Parts: sequence; C-alpha cells; structure tokens
Amino acid sequence: MSTATSHAEEVHTHAHDHEHEHHELNFWTKYVFSTDHKTIAKQYLISGIIWAFIGGSLSIIFRLQLGFPEMQLDWLRPILGEWIDEGGKLDKEFYLALVTMHGTIMVFFVLTAGLSGTFSNFLIPLQIGARDMASGFINMLSYWFFFLSSAIMFSSLFIETGPASGGWVIYPPLSALPQAMPGSGLGMTLWLTAMTFFIVSSLMGGINYICTVINLRTRGMTFTKMPLTIWSFFFTAILGLLSFPVLLSAALLLIFDRSFGTSFYLSEIYIQGQALPNMGGSPILYQHLFWFLGHPEVYIVLLPALGMTSEIIATNSRKPIFGYRAMIGSMMGITVLAFIVWAHHMFVTGMNPFLGSVFMFLTLIIAVPSAVKAFNYITTLWKGNLIFTPAMLFSIGLVSLFISGGVTGIILGNSALDINLHDTYFVVAHFHLVMGAASFFGLMAGVYHWFPKMFGRMMNKTLGYIHFWFTFVGVYMVFFPMHYIGIAGFPRRYYSFTAVGNDGAAAFTDMNAFISIAAIITFTAQAIFAWNFFYSIFKGKKAPQNPWNSTTLEWTTPVNPGHGNWEGEIPAVYRWPYDYSKPGSDVDFIPQNVPFSATKSSNLPEEDAEIAKEKDIDGLLGAQNESYNR
Amino acid sequence: MFYLIGLLSVIFFALAINVISKSIKLNKSLAANENTGEALDSSNNANAYGMIIFWALGTIAGVWSFMVAKPDFLPIAASEHGLRTDSMFWVSMAVVTFAFFATNTLLLFFAFKYRYNKDRKATFYPVNHKLELIWTVIPAIVMAILVFTGWRTWRDITSQAPSDAVVIEITGHQFGWYVRYAGVDDNQLGNYNYKLIDETNNIGIDFTDKHSFDDFTATELHLPKGKPVLLKIHAQDVLHSVYLPFHRVKMDAVPGMPTKFWFTPNMSTDEMRAKLGKKDFNYKLNCTEICGRGHFGMAITVFVDEPEDYAKWCAEQKPFLATNPTYLAKVPDNLKAKASKYIPAEPVAVDSAAAPAAEAVSVN
Repeated sequence: MSTATSHAEEVHTHAHDHEHEHHELNFWTKYVFSTDHKTIAKQYLISGIIWAFIGGSLSIIFRLQLGFPEMQLDWLRPILGEWIDEGGKLDKEFYLALVTMHGTIMVFFVLTAGLSGTFSNFLIPLQIGARDMASGFINMLSYWFFFLSSAIMFSSLFIETGPASGGWVIYPPLSALPQAMPGSGLGMTLWLTAMTFFIVSSLMGGINYICTVINLRTRGMTFTKMPLTIWSFFFTAILGLLSFPVLLSAALLLIFDRSFGTSFYLSEIYIQGQALPNMGGSPILYQHLFWFLGHPEVYIVLLPALGMTSEIIATNSRKPIFGYRAMIGSMMGITVLAFIVWAHHMFVTGMNPFLGSVFMFLTLIIAVPSAVKAFNYITTLWKGNLIFTPAMLFSIGLVSLFISGGVTGIILGNSALDINLHDTYFVVAHFHLVMGAASFFGLMAGVYHWFPKMFGRMMNKTLGYIHFWFTFVGVYMVFFPMHYIGIAGFPRRYYSFTAVGNDGAAAFTDMNAFISIAAIITFTAQAIFAWNFFYSIFKGKKAPQNPWNSTTLEWTTPVNPGHGNWEGEIPAVYRWPYDYSKPGSDVDFIPQNVPFSATKSSNLPEEDAEIAKEKDIDGLLGAQNESYNR
Repeated sequence: MFYLIGLLSVIFFALAINVISKSIKLNKSLAANENTGEALDSSNNANAYGMIIFWALGTIAGVWSFMVAKPDFLPIAASEHGLRTDSMFWVSMAVVTFAFFATNTLLLFFAFKYRYNKDRKATFYPVNHKLELIWTVIPAIVMAILVFTGWRTWRDITSQAPSDAVVIEITGHQFGWYVRYAGVDDNQLGNYNYKLIDETNNIGIDFTDKHSFDDFTATELHLPKGKPVLLKIHAQDVLHSVYLPFHRVKMDAVPGMPTKFWFTPNMSTDEMRAKLGKKDFNYKLNCTEICGRGHFGMAITVFVDEPEDYAKWCAEQKPFLATNPTYLAKVPDNLKAKASKYIPAEPVAVDSAAAPAAEAVSVN
C-alpha cells in the first residue's frame, strides 16, 4: 500500500493531462473525429434522429397512397418529381421503394445505430466506471463507417432508377436481377454497399462494447452488480457480433450473383423473354442467411430498449427492479434462443415442413422469457412510488407495446396459423408494435432520461408529456386496427387492394384512411420532440448532477463530464444498482458507490458480510489506475 | 363508421391536452419547488389519470372496433384444414387477448394506483422466487399446449397428398399465374423445362414426356369441391406466393425449386355466394410475395365446382397440343402416334393458317 500515494499523484497528473488535452482539441477533433465515447454517442443519436424523420416521412407518403388511393399527389411533385406519374398518382415501383427504404432505415439506421449505437456508447463507460471505450479509435471508425454507409444509402434515394425496392429483406431473385424491377439496378448496388459498411461499423462497435464491459469495469463492479442496461448492451453486442457477419456473407453472395455471374441464389429463371443460364442456386439459401441475422436483429433493437427501460422504471418507481437475476436470465435466454428461431419467417417458403415444426417449438419457447420480463416490469410498478417523468411514461408505454405486439407473436409463431397470416397486415401490425414501436419508445425513454447527462441541461417535461401521449395513443391507433386488416387477409406491400376482389378494398377504405390520419398525427407529434430536443441542448434548464435521484455511476460524474468522465478517481462499486427505498435507510436511494459500511442501518444480513470485502475492492485502485496509465 | 373512432381519439386528445395545460399552470406555480428533490407537481397525477383514461377508452375502442371490423374478416374457411386452423386461430386469439388485457390492465392500474405520494414509501421488494417460478411455468404450459395442437395440425396439413388428389400446376411470373391441368386421360402432369419456354408454350411444357400430351392450360383456377387438390407450384422469374385467402392456403413459388400444397376445398363458389349473399362473389388467388411493379394486381379467379361440374369443365377444355398442333414437331418419333390423337383431324393447310391465331389467343 506504500505506492498508494504515488498512484494518487499519478492519477492527479493524469487527470491534469486530460484537462490539458481538452484545451488542445480543435473543432475537428472535439466534435467531428472525436474518440470520446460521449461525443460519438451524440453523433449516433443525432444521425439516428435525422434518419428517423426521413424513414418516418417515407412511411407517411405510402400511407397517403394506402389511406387515400384516390388522392391527387401532384403537390408532392416538387419533392418526388417523376415518381408522381402524369395522373397525379404515386408510381407503383416507387411505392415499393418507399416500403423498402422505410424498413431498411428504421431497422438498421434508426433502431440499430440510433438506439444501440447511441446508448451502448454513452452508457457503457459511464455506468461501469470506465474512462472511455476499450478502443476510442475503433469506436470513432465505427461511427464514420456508419456515416459513410448513411451517405451511400441516402444518395440511393436520389438516383433515376430509384432506391432498392425489393422489400427490406431484398429476397433474390427479385433483388438479383436488374431486369426484374428498376430498383434492383444501381439502387440495389448502393443498398448492398451501404449495408456492407454498416455491418463493418456495427462489428467495430460490438467488439468494443464487449471488450469494454469485460475488461474496463471499475473495482467492485462484478457482473452481478452491473445495471441491466449494461447487461442488455452486452447481450446485444454478442448478438450483433455473431449474426451480422452472416448478413455480410448473404450480401456478398448476392453481390457475386449480381455482378460476377455466379448462381448462389439463381436457378432456372426465365425473365423478359429470356432464359438465364444460371442453374443450381437456391433463393431459400438467401432467406436462411438473411433471417439468421434478421431474427437476432429483432432482439438487437429490442434488448437495449428493454435494458434501459428496466433502469428507468426502477428509478422512477423508487423501487428495485423485480427479479434482477431473472431479468438477466431471461435476456440470456432470449439471446441464445434468438439464434435458433430464424426459420419461423419461412414457414411457407417451401422449406421442409419438418423444419417448420422444429422452429415452431423453438419460437414459442422464446415467449417464456419474454413473458417473465413483462411480469417483472409490472411487479416493479406494484407498490412503487411512481414519478411520471417523460422517460418513465415512455418506459411504461414500451412495456404495454411489448406485451401487445408480443402476444400476437404466439399466433404467428404457430406454423399452422402462419399459413393464412404470413405476409399479411397482421404481421405488419405485430412487428411494428413489438419491435418498431416498443424499441422506439425505449429510444425515447433513453433520450429523456439521459439527456441531462448528455448535454448538461434538462428537456422540457411538459412537452415531453404531450409528446408521449400523442405518440402512445397514436401508435395504438395506427397498429391496432392493422390486425383487423390482416385477419381479413390483406397482403402487405400492396400498392392498392383492387385485386383483392369482392369489395374487400371497399370494406376497409375507412379504416385505412383512419390509420393514415393517425400515422400523420403521430408523425407530426414527433416535431414536438425534435423542437424540445434541439432547443434544450442550447437553452434547456441547467441540469443538477443527479436529476432523477438515481443510483448508477453515471450520475457521480460532473454535470458536464469531460474526456475521461471522472475528474478524480473513478468511484468504486460496492452494491447492486437498485437500492431504492431500502428499509432502514433515511434516503430513498443509495448509489452504487456507497459502501455497506456507511449504511449499517439498512444493510440486509448478507450485506453485512460484504463489508469485509470492501478493503479488497479499495485495494484494487492501484491496479485500476495502472491499467489506464499503461 | 371508423370516423367515430377518430372522433373518440380527438376527444381523447382534447382531454389529454386539457389535463396537461392545467398541469402546466400548476407546474408553473410549483416551479419554485422544483429543485428541492420533490418530483411532485400535479402533472404527476395528471399523467396517472391519463393511464386510466387510456385504459378505459382503449378498452372501449378495442372492443368496438373489433365488432365493427368483424363482418369484413375472412368468412368461415372454404377448405377442410382451414376449418381447423380457423378454430385454432380464434382459440389462440382468445388466450392471447386475455393475456393482453390482463397484463395491460395491471400495468396501467398499477401505474395509476402507485402514483407518487410523498407520504408513502415504495416497498423494497426485489425478488420472490415462488412468484417467478409460477409465472415462468404457467406461460410455458400454455405455450406447450398451443405448440402441440399447432404442430399436429401443421403435420396433417403438410403431410403427403392422397394419391387420388387432383394435380394442378400453378406457375407464377411477372405478373400473373399460369394454370396447367393434368388432363382428363392420365391425371398426370407432363414435365416442363424453363428452357423450352416460348411465346406460346409459356410454361415450357416438355413434349418429349407422354404425360404432357393431354395437359391443358387455363387462365383461371377450377377446383373440384370435396376432393383433395394438390397444387404444384413453380415460379419463372422471381419469388411469388400462391395465396388462396378463403381456403387458408399459402405457399411460395420459388424459381428452381418446385413447392406444393394440398388441401380439400369444401364449399363451392355457389355455396359461398349463397352464404355471403353476394351474387358476384368469386374466390381469388393472390400473390403475397413482393415481386415487382404489378405485385398487387397479380390475381386470378378461382372457381370451386361441384365434382360433376368440374369433370364437365375439364372435358370441355382442349389439350395444349390440340390448340397448338405445331408442337407435334417437338414430340419424339416413338411417341408421335400417341400424340397425334390430340391433334384435330382437320386439313393440314387450314391448321397451319389457324395456328398463329391460336397462339395469339393463348398468349393472353
């Protein structure tokens, strides 16, 4: 222990170095090519918000077509040009392009990059007590690969033949043959290029998240003391790391088929008066590869939302999260099962029906950990003392949407029932609720909750409430009625329902119009958020250090943490992150860095035993500092 | 009708805004308190009441919209397996609706009931293994039951088609469906090969196979009522998907990989017309896999006939070879005699003059 003083000095110099460095950063290294995880997180967040508005507006355009098939859209010509045909109608191929790009943007650019990119980057170092990511440089590269990917994807919206139009799943042969549709030409090439960079970006991010969580936890922060947010980011990163490369291989084979004459996915094709020479390929192979990513992807977008929500609900219920270990266990179960349920997207693709049976069993098993999570959330609210911050409202909204969208998964996961419902609006309603809206609510909850830490200012609460109620009601009004349209057998990705026949289209004219109006209102309400967000960055009320009276480490940093996060020593962690309203304590929350020896009145019997270990934890300080000075 | 829901929602919005604007006022008067750690303005209560209002109006809107939409759902299934999957669907739906309603109710009521009160302290309640065990096991049992019944149904639906099944081939292309029947003589489809496709023989029927000779094509799908039908499904260019909504039949059409689906239609077109009270009702075959510009319009009409009407209709159809005698040239010499049976016994000169006209018709 004799070296303790010198270590302290070292740290002091180190902290001083940081401050020194801080002054030297110019605009480019501070805001653009920054290696600070907090700046990178903000870059992801703002990119994600911009993408969300683009993706959302695309959906509004096709909702106009679906809700008001007779509407003259000439007024959109200044934006869409010749995608509005002479009759003032949306071009049929562009409709498909809109559907495709809406899906791609929302799933990958908003809910993967915008959600997990933002909060994994922001919260992992802050909540585990690290000065930054394991590799700040790779982290920076990760964002800039994402930016490159974004730029390419965005540019594809403006080319003459239109962006990729084969659905976000880009099933070949449609996506492989430029003669099948114009969007399969340059647009698809750009899509594949953009996604390749996207995958590179998300792998760099994922490796970093995993390394950081494993290696850079502060002294005392054992795995079982980690907040559920960190657990969820950790599982998410593992999911991404194992599944995104499979999408990359799927995309590479597709690139080969498109450009180099191979036949991985192509066989016996006669198109536009011409028999192609390709033989022996299988479009089903692509579907297997795609969904091997595609299904884990659902959890890649959902798990971070669930993790953050656990944190927010516990904080604002002033109660520990119910069943902390069960929550970890169910996330672990979901992570494992996520890899072995992919073929439930393929029950009626001609895949061997026996495989269908296997995947039905596995799929319905995943409902069990999901149900456990829902019950645990509800029990956390029970006998709490609930403070409805906007973040809390969005978290409760998430739980509701997660349940409402999740239960129909039990129906769709049943292969016999999927026969009729596959590729209908029932599916659209299901996944928009459970993964789209639920994850979006998680994203919003996260932004409202951690905004003070990000920008040192508060967002306006009242605007947050208004934003929440419009969005919550709006999302239900959009997606609840869609189930009915699905039960009536309406296929998705239909430009219009004229060929459904037997007055089917007429029967749901009103409902489609209703959905479109609800969608427009919901989308417009997001402007409230955008205004609140950008205004508050500059003009928001100054935030206190710990505005929500929360226990986790990020709130022990200064209001505006600099590079390195903590000015002095990184705090040690002695307890789990959910000591809210602990009996015997006169404060209603005990932060993680408060040792048990300081809270003798509220310790549980087994926690008194922990006091002995505090010395060991404190003894690790030297080693921890050394690891940063190497 | 649905505008009424719209109206309801407008009322809800108005209510919400009213509550919130009220809370803003109170909020402002309490603003001085805000940094004292009390979280605690009336907007907290307003949001709590919002949860209950949401629950109440949501329940009303949910039930009511279901009743309104119900008449437009797909009617009772017109196939034997469809009756099974339909009843299973509604049973599963009842189970999940119960779960949906119960959990959402608890969620929103707890949110309301346990809203912040400065005189109360939250209960420190981190874990209860018994409770967790119960709510792990119960969903697991319910799932197991649903999976088991689902699996049995799925197994039966995807089992081998009965050997006496009527075989019909459906080929998807951008943007339409070709239908080929096995013919009245041998009930066996001949081979096909995508390299044999031309403007007339747009399925690529292989005339070196003797089973092809009596095959005939049609632009609509006729099915015999009460008999098992085996659809053999192909695609020529990109993925398509055969969807017979009323028969609860769906199967992708995949280029290079033949797929199949067998089922037994149990209600004729006429019966369904009578049941629905719609004289012009017709079954449809739609495409449910995105395939390009014309995806949404890729439909043909389906007729389910009484077995005798079906037999009569089949007998009236002319084999492809009969309408396009020039394809006799593609038949190998040893089978020419068999194939010639299907060529109309008319003077050759007239026939060759008629051939282009026949082609023109069959292209459509």
